Amino acid sequence: MAEFFQMGGYAAYVWPVYALGILVPLALAVQSLADYRRQARLADALERDAGGRVRRAARHPDMESAP
Amino acid sequence: MSRAFIALLVRDLRLAARIGGGGGMAVFFFLVVVAAVPLGIGPAPDLLARIAPGMLWVALLLSSLLTLDRLFQADHEDGSLDLLTMGRLPLELVVVAKAVGHFLTTGLPLVVAAPLLGLMLNLEVAAFPALMLAMLVGAPALSFLGVIGAGLTVGIRRGGLLASLLVLPFYIPVLIFGVGAARAALAGFPDGVAAQSLALLAAVTLASLVIGPVAAAAALRANLR
Amino acid sequence: MSPMTRPSASQRLQAFANPARFMTLSGRLLAPLWLVSLGFLVVGLYFALFASPPDYQQGETVRIMYVHVPSAWLAMFGYSVMAMASAVALIFRHPLADLCAKSAAPIGAAFTFLALVTGALWGKPMWGAWWVWDARLTSVLILFFLYLGYMALWTAIEEPTRAARAAAVLALVGAINVPIIRYSVVWWNTLHQPASVFRMDGPTIAPEMLLPLALMALGFTFLFVTLLLVRMRAEILRHRVRQLRLALAASGAEG
Repeated sequence: MAEFFQMGGYAAYVWPVYALGILVPLALAVQSLADYRRQARLADALERDAGGRVRRAARHPDMESAP
Repeated sequence: MSRAFIALLVRDLRLAARIGGGGGMAVFFFLVVVAAVPLGIGPAPDLLARIAPGMLWVALLLSSLLTLDRLFQADHEDGSLDLLTMGRLPLELVVVAKAVGHFLTTGLPLVVAAPLLGLMLNLEVAAFPALMLAMLVGAPALSFLGVIGAGLTVGIRRGGLLASLLVLPFYIPVLIFGVGAARAALAGFPDGVAAQSLALLAAVTLASLVIGPVAAAAALRANLR
Repeated sequence: MSPMTRPSASQRLQAFANPARFMTLSGRLLAPLWLVSLGFLVVGLYFALFASPPDYQQGETVRIMYVHVPSAWLAMFGYSVMAMASAVALIFRHPLADLCAKSAAPIGAAFTFLALVTGALWGKPMWGAWWVWDARLTSVLILFFLYLGYMALWTAIEEPTRAARAAAVLALVGAINVPIIRYSVVWWNTLHQPASVFRMDGPTIAPEMLLPLALMALGFTFLFVTLLLVRMRAEILRHRVRQLRLALAASGAEG
């Protein structure tokens, strides 16, 4: 087991690579999901607050242009 | 149409001449950057001679970047850019006029000034013709790629820094082939490298003559709608 | 977010036929995609760390390859996705294409960063230096600059439609330039051939190393697609929030 962790003397290089290989995609996933949730909450809150007034206004042709 | 093109070019040259003597400022910047090098790495003549072509090219790149942000920004601020986009001259040709003006006011003066700085960096005189030829062939590419960055960042506050950031990666082939051509004239590189790098540099410049105006015009259209 | 609010947010996007259909479709795809990516990655990690032999030349450091090579592959894949989406956006004006390009950039940049750092961690034991100006590392570094410039342009322009068009132009110019840059860097590298450098691409890869490599590459690729969908969904909602705010401001001004 200890031999496995020593990685033939290259532990200082192999393990950081795997740590980063997990951490970087993980951080990206957490950030992406958090952003999605934030936007979803905002959209829902705005729709609830504004009610039909906004939905009518949102159908105005000027606002139709997609990003 | 060609008359409008020439009128635009002459106007740009006149404006450049009025503010800071056209190429004067860029040449001064070029000089300051090159003068900073020996102060940074020490005055050993053989070391300076070895890095001189690369240093001169990097300084050329920086001077060219420094002058990018005024390319469209001034015209955008006083509204003349809107007039230019609506005029009969196609926007691509407007961009070509701007790029040619940029080359004439920054690229060309720096090419002329390069031998003087080469002497200060102890560059062998035998390498001067190759260095100047390479700069003359490569400098238009710097202007024609530079307009892309200028067009993309027009209307952005402090767009100059962003333009440099966007354009620098595109400058890398010019730098590599330009330095290759100049250094091949010195000893150390195999035969044929000088001609090869000069040909590749010319190819990059020709490609930039097409890509630059098309992309910069598209960028301006996106930014000025 | 609770599962109950999810359909409500997407249902109200009916006014935008394409994004709405995208929201429902991607919503259905997400769970299986997460499962497949994680599955490949877990099995891939097992083979990469336990069930594969050390290389006869590089020893255990060969395990770095199972993270490094897939990241480098995704760095390039990400830029191709970005460039193709930008082309579709400019030519067909498809509203989702801009969002796809914008969403692909940070993911591609993250994998490019990973490729650079793992490359340095591989270079130290192999070459004796953290950073070597070899053609591959150098072109990946320049690719990283291109990603950063692209993202900086998106943040610098406030108005989304303007930012989208400008960024698309930049991505396409970059796509044309990437092969030129790559060629010039390789040319430059052969000119300054370092004296004794360990060639990474010397021996052909043994089959027992191919399996973990393929598993990790598949896992990363599926993860890329999953994250791309999540980010695109977030962008659609961001667009929706922006529209609602504009409408709210407009109706507030009216009465």
